[in-house]
Formats: sequence, C-alpha cells, structure tokens
Amino acid sequence: MEKDIKFFTNGKRIDGRAIDELRNIKIEVGVFKRADGSSYIEWGGNKIYCAVYGPREAYPRFLQKSDRAILKCRYNMASFAVEERKRPGPSRRGVEIGKVTQGALEPALILENFPKCMIEVNIEVIQADAGTRCAGITAASVALANAGIPMKELVPACAAGKVEDKIVLDLCKEEDNYGQADLPLALLPRKNEFSLLQMDGDLTEDQLEEAIELGKKGCLQVHEIQKEALKKKYITEDVF
Amino acid sequence: MSSVLSDIKKDYIISLLNNGKRDDGRNLNDMRDLKIELGIANKAEGSCYVQIGDTKVIAGVKCETGAPFPDTPNQGVFTTNAELIPMASPDFEAGPPREDSIELARIVDRGIRESGAIDFEKLVIKEGELVRVLFVDIHVMDYNGNLFDAAGIASIGALYNTKMPVLDEEGNKTEELMQLPMRKIPIPCTYAKIANSILYDPSIEEESVMDSRITVTTEDNGRISAMQKGDVGSFKKEEILDIVRRSKIRGDEIRSILKEKFSEMR
Repeated sequence: MEKDIKFFTNGKRIDGRAIDELRNIKIEVGVFKRADGSSYIEWGGNKIYCAVYGPREAYPRFLQKSDRAILKCRYNMASFAVEERKRPGPSRRGVEIGKVTQGALEPALILENFPKCMIEVNIEVIQADAGTRCAGITAASVALANAGIPMKELVPACAAGKVEDKIVLDLCKEEDNYGQADLPLALLPRKNEFSLLQMDGDLTEDQLEEAIELGKKGCLQVHEIQKEALKKKYITEDVF
Repeated sequence: MSSVLSDIKKDYIISLLNNGKRDDGRNLNDMRDLKIELGIANKAEGSCYVQIGDTKVIAGVKCETGAPFPDTPNQGVFTTNAELIPMASPDFEAGPPREDSIELARIVDRGIRESGAIDFEKLVIKEGELVRVLFVDIHVMDYNGNLFDAAGIASIGALYNTKMPVLDEEGNKTEELMQLPMRKIPIPCTYAKIANSILYDPSIEEESVMDSRITVTTEDNGRISAMQKGDVGSFKKEEILDIVRRSKIRGDEIRSILKEKFSEMR
C-alpha cells in the first residue's frame, strides 16, 4: 500500500498539521425537520448528515426486546461522495460500519427506558475524505442527544495512525491510503473506556499504546466540540 | 409516500381550501421558501442543494466514460437515480429503489432529457465506441412534500454546476476542466388536487390527503418537455391547461433564480 509520498515537511504533515492536530471540525445540531434528532458535521473534507428516528415500536417484531430498545445504525454513502462513483445501495463496507457504529454508541445510551422499541440512526456521507466512520459516530451521538434519547454521555470518535513510523492523529486521505496503520477509536469519556476499536496496518505494542493515548486525546477534543455544538443549539443569549 | 393522517385533518385542510386558504398560511399558488446552493459536495463533478420549505434534496453528478447504446451511437449516456433514504422520513426504508423513487427519478430524467437541456452529441468521444456517461444521483435528505420539484431543480442545478476533465481522443483525462454542454433549464412544477382545489407545491400534509397530482416540466421558451399525472384521482382538460399555464409562469421565475446562481458561479 505504501507509495512514494513525502508525509512530513519541516515536521508538518501533508495538509500542514502537527502530528497531534485534528482537522477542522464543525457540528450543527437539528438540521432536519422530519427526523426526531439530527446533526451535520464537517470534519476536514468530510461532509456527513445524521438523522435519528425513535424511540418507536420495533419492527419486524421478532427484533423486539422485552426489557429494552434496540439500536439500529445505518451508514450509507452517496454515490457522488467519492472520486469514483459508488454504486447506490447497501455495500458490505457500509453494513460493517453500521454494525460497529451501533456497538460504539449503544453503551452510552439508556435503552432500558424503552422496551420493545427501536431507535434508528441514519448516517449519510455526502462527501468522503478519510475518517468517515469516526465523524459519523461523533455526529450520531450529537443527533441522539438532539432527539432526547437518554444517555450517560456523548461518544466522541477519532482515528490515530502511523505514517513514516510516526504516530499521528486524525489521518488525512493520503495518510489513510498510503500510511502504515489506521486505528479508529470511539471513547466513553466518563467511563474512560473505548467503544470503537478497529485497526489495520502494522503496529508494535509500544506504537499501539502511543496511538491509543494520542487517539484518546483526539477524542477528548472532539468531545468538547460536541458539547459546544449542543450548547450553541440550546443555550439562549438573553439570560440577563 | 404519505404519512397516516386523521380524517379530521383532511376535513380541516379541505375546509380551509374551500376558502382559498392553506394550512401553512399560503395562497393556493404560493411556493414555500426556495433555497439553492451550488457546489456543496466537491467529490462530485457537480452538485446542488435545494430546499423547498423543509424539504431538502441534494443532487450530485458523476461523469464516467463507456460504450454508447447501440441505437444512439452518436450520443452520450445519461442516467438519473433517486434514493429515498430512511434519513428523510420515518416511512422510507432501506433497500433497492421502490416504485416511488423510480417514478421520481424517471420524472426528473424525462424533464431533462426531453427538453434537450444537454447536448448529448457533444458527449461523444469516439462515435459508436466511447462516450461520456453521466449519472445524476438524487439524495433526499428531509422529506416534507413535493420531492419532484426539489429533485428536478437540484438535478438541473447540479448539471450546470458540473466541471469535468477535458478528454483526449482516446478518452484519457487531461488537466483542463470543462462544463457540460448545457442548452436549457427545464423546471418541473407540481400541483396537487384536493377535493376541487388545485394547489401548487404541496406540503407533506397536503400530499397525504391529495386525490391526485400533476407535474409539468417547462423549458425556457415556454414549451413543455414532460408531464406526469400521479396518484389515483383525475383532472379535467381545463384544469390541465390551467396548470400548464401556471407552470410556465412559475418555471420562468425559478429559471431566473437559477440563472443568477449560475452567473455567480462563473
């Protein structure tokens, strides 16, 4: 996978960032009328919408759980979100990302409040530029809050990775495609545990530890941005 | 495409219409606020976001190359696809396109194709062998009524917004960018019939109680390039002709908004 690319110039990365620097992140809350909760995230060159429906009665019925709600997560990419047109409709990649997204978000939610119900999370990628699953999880968590789903905490996500044997935060497209390792993480900040962990590439044990530490720092920064976005939506200026 | 609505609501909407009024305060011929943004997804060769009231649609254009259809060896290929994704409504489900999204894509497709908006002959690289293949993908984000007009405007906006690489004789990409050979701006206008009233730009509540609808796509010169009557009701000839007249006027208004957007873009 490695290609002849100069990843660092004067200690700066291809897009001018430091090794522990996130791309620009902007989150908007409540962007759709029809959905019960929604959000929009721009993360570097990623543009992703998220809509939450529910809780409502789960169907098909055999999916219902008598003691709690089920969480369904759907990740989908617009056919025009990538360089080469993606065939519309579900893909194996999308299905897997939906599944790990569910696994990342569910531990933060209080689903016991809604037996036999379902909560649906829809993530739509309109423009993809490396790190869509982390951006999607980050946006989805905010949309769940916007939908009023009771939760223990927000779930921020962020990837760490390795390029030219250096551990870096939040891989850009070139680093993702031609780097040595990619480690997407989602953090439950209060519990201080990870609810998304995937890895592909090549890391030593020490590098893994360093990457997890750096990824966690990234997640904590993303967490602040999530909180700010929600505050901006709900705190009104004229208090005095 | 309709959500469940009580008979009470239907009676309410009809009684308002009998007095020439609508649920959201509009007159029968009023459109909700229209917002258009070009170039919102830069991995697409062209893109457009359209908002009509709370209905939000994104269209993207991707350009590829491929073989022409055997019966049109001297024309490029044009495909329109629409996705009613679960994001947009609690009633939409994931899966292969169903009747509604196929009808939507085909109405948009016909309006653009039949108007001659795109000069397909200029999309030929090698006659009979290699042509441009254009895909317009319509992504419905928030469904609150009148998808046809939102999708139609978004699609034509995205086509005008398209910048694609100039190709050499072999079909290889060069550094230079070009716009699509566009000639016209077809605009669809959708009217709903409820009881005996005809109203423009139906909201989702109105769609859920409407008897029938008509979409008329007009061109710059006042000609009609596509029409579609949908749902189960029926229309009188006078009603159809009146809708066409109104569509031409409304089409011109929307066209001038788009033209302004296109000139800002250049």
